[in-house]
Amino acid sequence: MTVTERASVGKTAVPTRRRVLPWRNPWRRPYMLATITWIYILWSLVPVLVAVQFSFNDGRSRSTWQGFSHQWYCCSEGSVFEDPSMFASLRNSLILGIATVIVATPLGVALAMGLTRWRSRASTVANGIALVPLVTPEIVVGSALYLVVVNLYQFVPLGRPAMLLGHVTFTVSYVLVIVRSRLLSIGGEYEEAARDLGANSLQAIRTILLPLLMPAVFASAMIVFATSLDDFVVSQFLFGSAENATVPILLYNAVRASPTPALNALASILLAGTFLALVLAYLGLRVRRRGGDESALETLADWG
Amino acid sequence: MPDEASGQDRTTRRLWPALALPGTFWLIALFVVPFYAVMAVAFSGRINIFNEPIPAWNPLNWEFTTFTTAVTDSFTPSGVYHEVWVRTAIYLFWALVICVAIGYPVAYYAARMAGKQRGLVLALILAPWWINYITRMLAWVNLLQDDGYVNKALGLFGIPAHSWLSGSSFTVVWALAYGYVPFFIIPLFASLDRIDGRLLEASRDLGVGSVRTFLQVTLPLSRMGLITALVITALPMAGDYYTNTIVSGSPNTNMVGNQIELFLLEGPQKNIGASLVLVLSLVLMFFMFYYLILTQRASREATR
Repeated sequence: MTVTERASVGKTAVPTRRRVLPWRNPWRRPYMLATITWIYILWSLVPVLVAVQFSFNDGRSRSTWQGFSHQWYCCSEGSVFEDPSMFASLRNSLILGIATVIVATPLGVALAMGLTRWRSRASTVANGIALVPLVTPEIVVGSALYLVVVNLYQFVPLGRPAMLLGHVTFTVSYVLVIVRSRLLSIGGEYEEAARDLGANSLQAIRTILLPLLMPAVFASAMIVFATSLDDFVVSQFLFGSAENATVPILLYNAVRASPTPALNALASILLAGTFLALVLAYLGLRVRRRGGDESALETLADWG
Repeated sequence: MPDEASGQDRTTRRLWPALALPGTFWLIALFVVPFYAVMAVAFSGRINIFNEPIPAWNPLNWEFTTFTTAVTDSFTPSGVYHEVWVRTAIYLFWALVICVAIGYPVAYYAARMAGKQRGLVLALILAPWWINYITRMLAWVNLLQDDGYVNKALGLFGIPAHSWLSGSSFTVVWALAYGYVPFFIIPLFASLDRIDGRLLEASRDLGVGSVRTFLQVTLPLSRMGLITALVITALPMAGDYYTNTIVSGSPNTNMVGNQIELFLLEGPQKNIGASLVLVLSLVLMFFMFYYLILTQRASREATR
């Protein structure tokens, strides 16, 4: 199917092909591009792997390897689980992530169903508003939410409640995009069939549409969780005081202040949490794509 | 039967807007109104006893002195923020140049040449997207310490240790490129992936060399994807302040984002901060609209 596959077939099946100079042969293997790509992949991932490695360092250094130990994770002084502020940040991030999923997922699913099936001028406007957060720089979202919470919605205290409002606001759009693409691929026929068989609209949604949407709903819930865990800017504008700091805020504040490998351990735990959520989301999308020709990874890529 | 159907239609017609309502309301209350709050603070003419601006919610009370001062200070060569804006533009330019130089070959290889390894390459390219941004910067802070792996590696070639993390523009530009290049690659990948391979094969079958095929077929076909990738990368980069704080921390490398964060979170002059947010938004608005037009055009072509 691809160019390279054809090239290799050509090479084995027709060995007597006229010799061409390697740089003039349009079917040659792209060694240059492959090299660039693999160097890029190493460059983008190895630093993070080194950081994870140092979270297991048996010493205080974050630049010299002194042997393996899990002392920075648990049970020795200054480890993630013994340091009150680090442990609190983990708890804050987890609670905030779960709360964001609980609020943003139903809100986004309902919005996706409404906007996809409801055709009018108002829905076009609502659709536009729902997509703008995706292209607005986080600093604009963060500072706008900060100013509105401080000056207008004064009943929302800075800290967990304000962060929850902020996280839901920018994750709803993700749910919308994922669920809507699934809705469009399902089409309206199943609901019509259900209604022709006597179901009312609500029954059609509950018995037909929601079960069909389930994989996409689950995947978007996981992606909301991962996005909330990873968010830094919106949280930083809204967290208020140190006891509400999430993991990224704590990492940001501590990274230049001669920290110990415990900071790397904290970052590694965050990494593990995000990846767990994403593997689950990927499996969800795989269920969704079963029988289709497009892989879940490519669906992930297409959101860009 | 027709009566029944139209009755069904009526409930359905009310159902979809009802589903879209909560999400739309949420986005108006927490995305549209907050943006209005930025304007109310930026155009505020009065201050309270803490020297903080009192937001002017009524447009009739808007005063534009702070805002116009912020604009002139930004765009006239003698202005206080002029240097910061120029620096932001220069950093953005070079970071985007690096993104294109690294990102285009990688996206091209992943989309068209990776063959059997395509899934693996794509997964590895997507991975940094989901690694917490602050963690990725923290990883480089580890490596770039005075006694870190980078200086050790350079020492092997007899190059003296360099202090990377104390206000170097070079480090900031590379950190920005490192941070955002995954967000550049993915939209470009999606666009290169959509190119019909038969066009490239036709070009090669007609005896056109790889370079000319690339310049005359691939590049024009991926132009939209390239522009979209640039806009998607440039928008968050323009408002970035955390990269700078983490890898430099020196006022000599301050960008507009740092200035905004300073005024909004660390001092009383929130009206100047809000004005700078507005100026930044206006500058980026052009890109945003361009981006939205592009996505709409693309989705129209995709559904056709």
